[in-house]
Amino acid sequence: MAEQRFLQLENIEKRFPIPGKEDYIAVTDVDLEIKQNEIISIIGHSGCGKSTLLNMISGLDAQTEGYIFLLGKEVKGPGPDRAVVFQNHSLLPWLSVYQNIEMAVKKVMPELSKKELKERVEKFITMVNLDHAKDKLPDEISGGMKQRVGIARALAIKPKVLLMDEPFGALDSLTRANLQEHLMRIQQNVQNTVIIITHDVDEAVLLSDRVIMMTNGPEATIGEILEVNLPRPRNRVELQHDPEYIRCREAILSFLYEKFAKEDE
Amino acid sequence: MNYDLAKKIILPMFVFGALILVWSWTASKVESFPTPADTYIAAFGGTTSAGDEMKGVLSDPFYVENEDDKGIFWQIVASLERVFMGFGLAILVGVPLGLIIGMSKEAQYAFDPFIQVFKPVSPLAWLPLLLFIFQDINMTAVSTIFVTSIWPIIINTTLGVKNVSPDYMNVAKVLRFTPIEKVIKIILPVAVPFIFTGMRLSLGIAWLVIVAAEMLTGGIGIGFWIWDEYNNLNYYNIIIGIIMVGFIGFLLDLIMGKIADFFDYRKRGRA
Repeated sequence: MAEQRFLQLENIEKRFPIPGKEDYIAVTDVDLEIKQNEIISIIGHSGCGKSTLLNMISGLDAQTEGYIFLLGKEVKGPGPDRAVVFQNHSLLPWLSVYQNIEMAVKKVMPELSKKELKERVEKFITMVNLDHAKDKLPDEISGGMKQRVGIARALAIKPKVLLMDEPFGALDSLTRANLQEHLMRIQQNVQNTVIIITHDVDEAVLLSDRVIMMTNGPEATIGEILEVNLPRPRNRVELQHDPEYIRCREAILSFLYEKFAKEDE
Repeated sequence: MNYDLAKKIILPMFVFGALILVWSWTASKVESFPTPADTYIAAFGGTTSAGDEMKGVLSDPFYVENEDDKGIFWQIVASLERVFMGFGLAILVGVPLGLIIGMSKEAQYAFDPFIQVFKPVSPLAWLPLLLFIFQDINMTAVSTIFVTSIWPIIINTTLGVKNVSPDYMNVAKVLRFTPIEKVIKIILPVAVPFIFTGMRLSLGIAWLVIVAAEMLTGGIGIGFWIWDEYNNLNYYNIIIGIIMVGFIGFLLDLIMGKIADFFDYRKRGRA
């Protein structure tokens, strides 16, 4: 008996109509299968349609051609089974950290009792080490902390897939490393299927089981897929001299800067 | 700190002194123009320079002689009642309309031309038409204030809705909020400060317009009272009326500002 496929992208194409001209083909011919509890990164130069691809999986944007199936069911429109961590965290600024997460959990799990709701929200606040800040407003905490709230909010609604759109892109490198550690630690405890959009080579190798490399747009598509055969938990310092890590890193660098180098515009 | 406070008290005193000087000078040039001293007596009672015994408009603001002769307090109350009636109706109609126009492009296309055309029309231009429709002074004044107040409320409510970041709407989409949930949980918290800005503007203009409207409609109200005092040659009362209108307008704005701040999540709990 064939095992049911988890997340499947079939022949995806995204065109944007331009008045008076031919459609702009942003992404074309994308076929991809993602296994349960797999962490994949999608990497590419800016304008390669990687965010467009993520938006189609989340359902916030509709593909022009092709199909996306999650557990055999076609994805149409956004839903809480595909939680999104937005680049700019998208926390509601008038709600506290606690209330931001509570609002999401309340909506997605209306069956929870008051006590269960509180426990669930607090569990995820603890998971991202924000107990001390739970009553703060988003404007009162740092960018890294906001992003952790965004991750907690996304995970708290028990999604089948966690979609992260350049989640750490707006942060400084130390904060980014710190958040990557958080994410890896959380992943050790709660198994999730995660898709991360990134343009950071080290981030891609460190976090992923597979790295999807996109060619440049227009008509961007999957160029290469790299398997990262590194055991978990991974330690960023030790990895620096690991031959597999170096191999992966070089493979991505050569893809991005030799095969599909992009001139400054 | 204290030095600053002293400046805030002393500096207006100089301007006040200058105003009194200009006023006195005007009174000396224009025949039967009341002097500051006489106006003070007209307000608080005493004997004027001409030897007239005055009761003082502000010393006895609550008197009711008959339906047509009431103290200044009742004149102001009558004006405020009309303003708040018209203003309230404008909120009831303007906020939902503004929300709809802000959320739907179709609604925006449908209503925008009319808002752009009617907004610059002085509300007083509507007054004769409204008087003809209602044949009633009170209804005319209230509906004039309604026409005055509604535009800033609609426009600012729409602006508030447009200010909702698409990111917040994406969060709402992922969580599959219903349209009502979107309005209550996402749009209103963002739009409310804008709505209150619109309300504050509206109330300010409404208070400007009511004085003129009442001069035209007559009957009761601070606007009519000022006009009536002109006809009675009580020029000092015009000045008292102007100062009262100013103070009340200032108070209304202050109160609206406080209410607006209370509903603004950006200012709440931060003062």
